[in-house]
Amino acid sequence: MDYSTDLLNALVLITNYVLIPSISYGSQLALGAVGVTLVFGILRFANFAHGEVMSFGTMATIFITWWFQSMGISMGALPTALLALPFAILITALLVVAIDKSIFSFYRINKSRPVTFVVASVGVMFMLNGLVRILIGTDEIIFRDGQKFLIKAGAFKKMTGLSEGLALKQTQVLTFVLAVIAVLALLWFLQRTRTGKAMRAFSDNEDLALLSGINPERVVLVTWIIAASLATLAGVLYGLDKSFKPLVYFHLLLPIFAAAIVGGIGQPLGAILGGYVVAFSEISATYAFKKFIKYIYPGDFVPEGMLQFLTTEYKFAVSFLILVLVLLVRPTGILRGKVL
Amino acid sequence: MTNSKRALISFSIMALMLIMVGYGQSWNVALAIFNLCLISAVMSMGLNMQWGYAGLFNAGVMASTAIGGLTAVLISYSPVSKAWSVGGSSLSAALVSLLLTIIASVVIWKKIPKSSKRTWSMTAVLLLGYGFIRFFYEQGTYAIEAVDPAKTGFLGGLGLPILFSWLAGGVAAAGLAWLIGRIALGLRSDYFAIATLGISEIMISILKNEDWLSRGVKNVTGLKRPVPYEVDLQQTEWFINLVNWFYGTADDGSALSADVMREALQLSAGVFVKLCYSVLFVAVVLIILGFATRALNSPWGRMMRAIRDNETAASAMGKDITSRHRQVFIIGSAVIGISGAMLTTLDGQFTPGSYIPLRFTFLIWVMVIIGGSGNNLGSIIGAFITWFVWIEAEPASLWLLSNLDLFLDETSPLKLHLQDVAPHMRMVLMGLILVLVLRFSPKGILPEKAPDHY
Repeated sequence: MDYSTDLLNALVLITNYVLIPSISYGSQLALGAVGVTLVFGILRFANFAHGEVMSFGTMATIFITWWFQSMGISMGALPTALLALPFAILITALLVVAIDKSIFSFYRINKSRPVTFVVASVGVMFMLNGLVRILIGTDEIIFRDGQKFLIKAGAFKKMTGLSEGLALKQTQVLTFVLAVIAVLALLWFLQRTRTGKAMRAFSDNEDLALLSGINPERVVLVTWIIAASLATLAGVLYGLDKSFKPLVYFHLLLPIFAAAIVGGIGQPLGAILGGYVVAFSEISATYAFKKFIKYIYPGDFVPEGMLQFLTTEYKFAVSFLILVLVLLVRPTGILRGKVL
Repeated sequence: MTNSKRALISFSIMALMLIMVGYGQSWNVALAIFNLCLISAVMSMGLNMQWGYAGLFNAGVMASTAIGGLTAVLISYSPVSKAWSVGGSSLSAALVSLLLTIIASVVIWKKIPKSSKRTWSMTAVLLLGYGFIRFFYEQGTYAIEAVDPAKTGFLGGLGLPILFSWLAGGVAAAGLAWLIGRIALGLRSDYFAIATLGISEIMISILKNEDWLSRGVKNVTGLKRPVPYEVDLQQTEWFINLVNWFYGTADDGSALSADVMREALQLSAGVFVKLCYSVLFVAVVLIILGFATRALNSPWGRMMRAIRDNETAASAMGKDITSRHRQVFIIGSAVIGISGAMLTTLDGQFTPGSYIPLRFTFLIWVMVIIGGSGNNLGSIIGAFITWFVWIEAEPASLWLLSNLDLFLDETSPLKLHLQDVAPHMRMVLMGLILVLVLRFSPKGILPEKAPDHY
């Protein structure tokens, strides 16, 4: 086999195992991180309940999906969950707004310290976690239907004649497309609409914004609605891509926080960037590069070890290491968010 | 109402609840709850030092608990000599390479001025060091994990009495806290919380995956106890006599039948063992409470509160905020580490898989907040109430369910589902209690005493 085929194989290998998974996982993290960053920018606290909001939104989607499926409604090749998504977003947004009105608004009026908000969000986290477990149980649920693969590894091999296969799941494409649409819509909203501008002004300087007659309650309301919608979307995409398990969503909190801080907290664009940075580092640091080196090295050299920087169990460590590195080297994050 | 009255009332109510459980369910259950309440009290006193005294948002309580538990294994398990002989030298070589790498990089950082030369030599040293460490480490761990993997497959411990580990667990947790503090202290409170949460997750994944250290998810079971075993007790003469004396004779004066006696013996053995633990735990709680109260009322405690209430002013008075924060973070973590070792001692096994942040970090937070941040007695009562609710929520909701028979059929799917999910009620309850206390009584059950020396 000649060297150019080897190089192509290496490219396919890395695309299949690192690039595509990173892009879809990164998009999911990015959507979650944008919600965290918006809440931080407007309400000025780290919302520990965000992972559970994602979990709740996904649960609502699953219930509506089941209901649709029982009535025979489906979207053909696309997952039915997409049809259920708008309804689930509505429910989740209502819930989050209700939580804000009943719990967080009190501390806002009293001008409590940010840390009080964080403790309250821990309480919300407990309640939502319990609620989700009570409603749907703790089992793993796969709610994907429709077509699973767009490109199958075997078919790709046959088509190209390469020895490495490339598989592209429908959910991965969906994740990326929906994430791009959501992010573009959000950016348009923040840059072009009156409410969006009010939000940015509020995040930038609360006192000045209040002086200019911006209604703080409205800004907060819109922030929660956006955060809840993005959280639901992120949760559903993650659940479609892998599976739904209430416990997993709590553990997503850490990479999401890492993404928000790495990108520069309070900066939506930064959060998106951070999501991809975290996902890409997580996946490439735990990928075994043995085969890749074998292909890319001219000659018959086979590396001895697996060339895996960390075993997959240490995924969390990677997002955390990036977090610490950014906090030490550039505490404001890549896009200069709020100063510590 | 004064604080001491409130304390008296709340502790009496708590005692009454435990006695009710003793009569209603069984004394074994009541004592089991009591023992875990005591361990939780140590945890919450440790967190109270960090949050209540100094205002540090430590979301990594679990890391200290887990390292305390690990210490219990490493102190008490007998050494696996075969593992040491096959893998000890490679592992030591890995450790030496790690130390050499650290020393070399520190020397380069200090001696060579900032330049591309420093960057390159630093990178070279780190890469080379990583290569060596990885090589020796893999050689060593592979050999160790191959030694009788079904039973050991790890280095074992020192084979000392497990009680030593309570102290050692505190020291180990203090060491870890020093390291965490180097990285995370000085960050804004939210960032500090996220950083500590991350470190605790990493700590757990290390414990789950480093089989040579503590068998990972294969767990270490059969740790030696500091108290007698039930089986031995039932054979011991003085204990049999004690039970005989305690139960005496049946109402009509005749001797009890052998079956009844055996049952009484079994029950009493369980209760006796738990009581032994209780005595040990109460001693620890009282010692720590004594120190904590003295510290809080000393000039040091006043300084901590001053730093908590107004960092800028305290700093203007010449107090070194970061190093004081580090100090209290280390002390608090040490206390939590002690509780971690106590927990593993009580369980008799070390199961890394059971460490989850909801139970080992955020639940402790609920304890401190509802008890009253800054008040040591408050942390104890908070721990008691929280643990009691955490355990009794499930039986209570099942009991409620069984009384819903009126309008729910025994086989109705809704009822079956509700029975399945009853254990999760405690999550909702905890969150609800936390949010309600925070909203309506933010100072907690026993508010922090306003110091009279101001």
